[in-house]
Amino acid sequence: MTTYRAPTRDLRFVIEELIGLERLAGLADLEAVTPELLEAVLAEAGRLADEVWAPLNVTGDQQGCSLTDGAVALPEGFADAYRAFVEGGWNGINAPPEHGGQGLPAVVASATQEMWHGANMALALAPMLSAGATTLLQRHGDASLRERFLGKLVSGEWTGTMDLSEPQAGSDLGQVACRAVPDGDAYRLHGEKIYITWGEHEAAENIIHLVLARTPDAPAGHRGISLFLVPKYLVEADGSLGARNDVHCTALEDKLGIHGSPTCTIAYGDREGAVGYLVGEAHRGLKYMFTMMNEARHKVGLQGVGVAERAYQQAVAFARERIQGRRPGGEAAVPILHHPDVRRMLMTMRAQTEAMRALALLAAAEMDVAEHSPDETARAAAQRRVDLLTPVVKAVATDQAVETASLGIQVHGGMGYVEELGVPQLLRDVRIAPIYEGTNGIQAQDFTLRKVLKDGGETLEGVLAEADGVVEALRADSALAGLGDGLAEALAALRGSTQRLLRDGADDALVPLTAATPYLAQAGLVLGGWLMGRAALVARQQGDAGSGDTAFYTAKLHTARFYMRHVLPRAHGYTPAIRGGSDELEAIDDEHW
Amino acid sequence: MKVLAAVKRVVDYNVRVRVRADGSGVDTANTRMAMNPFDETAIEEAVRLREAGTASEVVAVTVGDAGSEEVLRTALAFGADRALRVESDAPLEPLAVSKALAAVADREQPDLVLMGKQAIDDDSNQVGQMLACHLGWAQATFACAVTPADDELHVVREVDGGQRTVAVALPAVVTTELELNEPRYIKLPSIMKAKKQAIERLGLAEIAVDGSPRLELLGVSEPPPREAGEQVDSAAALVDRLKNEAQVI
Repeated sequence: MTTYRAPTRDLRFVIEELIGLERLAGLADLEAVTPELLEAVLAEAGRLADEVWAPLNVTGDQQGCSLTDGAVALPEGFADAYRAFVEGGWNGINAPPEHGGQGLPAVVASATQEMWHGANMALALAPMLSAGATTLLQRHGDASLRERFLGKLVSGEWTGTMDLSEPQAGSDLGQVACRAVPDGDAYRLHGEKIYITWGEHEAAENIIHLVLARTPDAPAGHRGISLFLVPKYLVEADGSLGARNDVHCTALEDKLGIHGSPTCTIAYGDREGAVGYLVGEAHRGLKYMFTMMNEARHKVGLQGVGVAERAYQQAVAFARERIQGRRPGGEAAVPILHHPDVRRMLMTMRAQTEAMRALALLAAAEMDVAEHSPDETARAAAQRRVDLLTPVVKAVATDQAVETASLGIQVHGGMGYVEELGVPQLLRDVRIAPIYEGTNGIQAQDFTLRKVLKDGGETLEGVLAEADGVVEALRADSALAGLGDGLAEALAALRGSTQRLLRDGADDALVPLTAATPYLAQAGLVLGGWLMGRAALVARQQGDAGSGDTAFYTAKLHTARFYMRHVLPRAHGYTPAIRGGSDELEAIDDEHW
Repeated sequence: MKVLAAVKRVVDYNVRVRVRADGSGVDTANTRMAMNPFDETAIEEAVRLREAGTASEVVAVTVGDAGSEEVLRTALAFGADRALRVESDAPLEPLAVSKALAAVADREQPDLVLMGKQAIDDDSNQVGQMLACHLGWAQATFACAVTPADDELHVVREVDGGQRTVAVALPAVVTTELELNEPRYIKLPSIMKAKKQAIERLGLAEIAVDGSPRLELLGVSEPPPREAGEQVDSAAALVDRLKNEAQVI
């Protein structure tokens, strides 16, 4: 009995009222988005997510995937659900029309992606990884590769994978050892890749692997890695499928969660060598890979939001039904929804999720501007914001999703710890999100060193200056003034942390490395506060205007208040750790651990 | 065969409607609206007839204000070839709607009009029947299966206690049940294409239909809240209460 309904109302609120469709107006090569179009797109994606994808979530967890003679069997219904998604045209939602996509903005695509992940995270990983492969090919592949492979990747008829990790090369990709030997116009690849998401399956006709490997003349380390396209089936000049390539799944991982997603070990070139095609120039593979890291990390953040939303919905549904205990002064037993501590948990789940949804969609809107604005200065400014916000979305949304899924279990009590209602699955599934696409520790370093300290805090300060405007607006409204004060204090704390790191980090490289994780957590809470403050302002305006949807705006106002009064103050708790330095961590001898 | 499919924009079935404070009707300002679910089955059936080669053209029609063009876009995304709105800012009564649809049928000359058996807002269940009467066409209401057969249609109708199959000569008006089909999942490219399609418009005056109300609305109110139930100790007590107090047995 698990429930999921795509949160189309809140998604529209964020896109139309927090970001504003006018922000997307005038962007080149993108379809114009009207409120009616947005509603139609979200409603139809939501219908497929709710009715077709969501009911399979538990099936995927219970059945998992199995490997027999190199072929992967998916959970029942997964292949059909994937095909329904492809036939619906959802895979190419924001790919350019010249490649068969629909040319909608990334912010609209992101809203649908949240739904796919909320409905069925394990299945949603297939298009998510395909998107990474598609972007790489689109940006760096030559005309002949694009001609042969791009159309079917955009449509989703073929899926794509990202093959980076090897047993000795995880976060440190300089250790990649997979070899690529020139062979005529192509290469022959030999080596083994691990943790390949959706690396083998039969839901699509072909699988296009994008593989990091070394050519024989390559220098050691990061600078010697090239990117290759390796299809499962070779593709003839006329586009038809040819021989099976020497690419084979040799094992499936037995994982904590996302059982419906086949995580493969892939052997390249066990026999004659796997035919691969160089993407772009040799030795630039890692550079190419990092050009799409923002998108990939952003999508993981959305995944966190999607699963957190589902955990919240499920917990509320249970709390409404479960009758247990009395309210102070009451005589009859009440649904646990009426107990203060249960309400606190549910509201914490909800407030964090709504804040991170807003931040993730805002970052997506910046991606649209960065890619499509006709104005070069606007593009560059938006790109800096994308760079700044991406690690926040990735790490903070996924850490909060883990907390939210855990709170979801807590709301259910004992029924949350047993598998019957499908509650533990959400925690098990989403637990990977802080790990893959760059661990959250790496996100914190990236944010602190490269995104904040490197430019002296300038880009961050630009965002915080906008938040100052929200403080003023909140203080100008007597009913919200207290929220403005709370936000002002949190902003001051974050600014203080930034100044401190700028000062001390200059002399001691260990200072920012030790402080990075609490600093990122603090920044995430404050940026969430900025957007929930704006949400409160919009909700008040709509309430005053007597807008018909009073239920939504009233709930939004309560949620925003709770965020500002109960969640945001956690930001202050990180200050001592950010300033605390690393003395004892460095002092303790290795043998004392 | 040419098919005219009539669709109506109504408050979404998921929305809990509220009565306006002055009792003058249901509050629809900023409420989520959608296509009447019965009409979804009508447009779905029309598009299936065209996909099967039985119908050559599907024209979607609605009667309403500018906002109601949203459901015409949905109809186009389902696969209707053209869409047409009879303009009326004020909501019309079933009689006026049926006259407007009759005028559209006169202009379009369809062989078949498909529409939901009723709309979920006022549940009138009148327009299809009135339309057939204005046009002097055959009608088959409450259809749960429609099969073309030579120059006629075989329609399975939901009736009290079962189903009845009737043959109707064309042209005809058929009103649809939810059991008729399962409306498709609309594809994203269809939504994008529908966005760019033109919608034809017709004024009430152009088709000489008088939209003025014939009914006087006295008031709209919420149904009285249900009273709490009561548990009795034994079956005997239940029988006693049902017999003597409720007097139902």
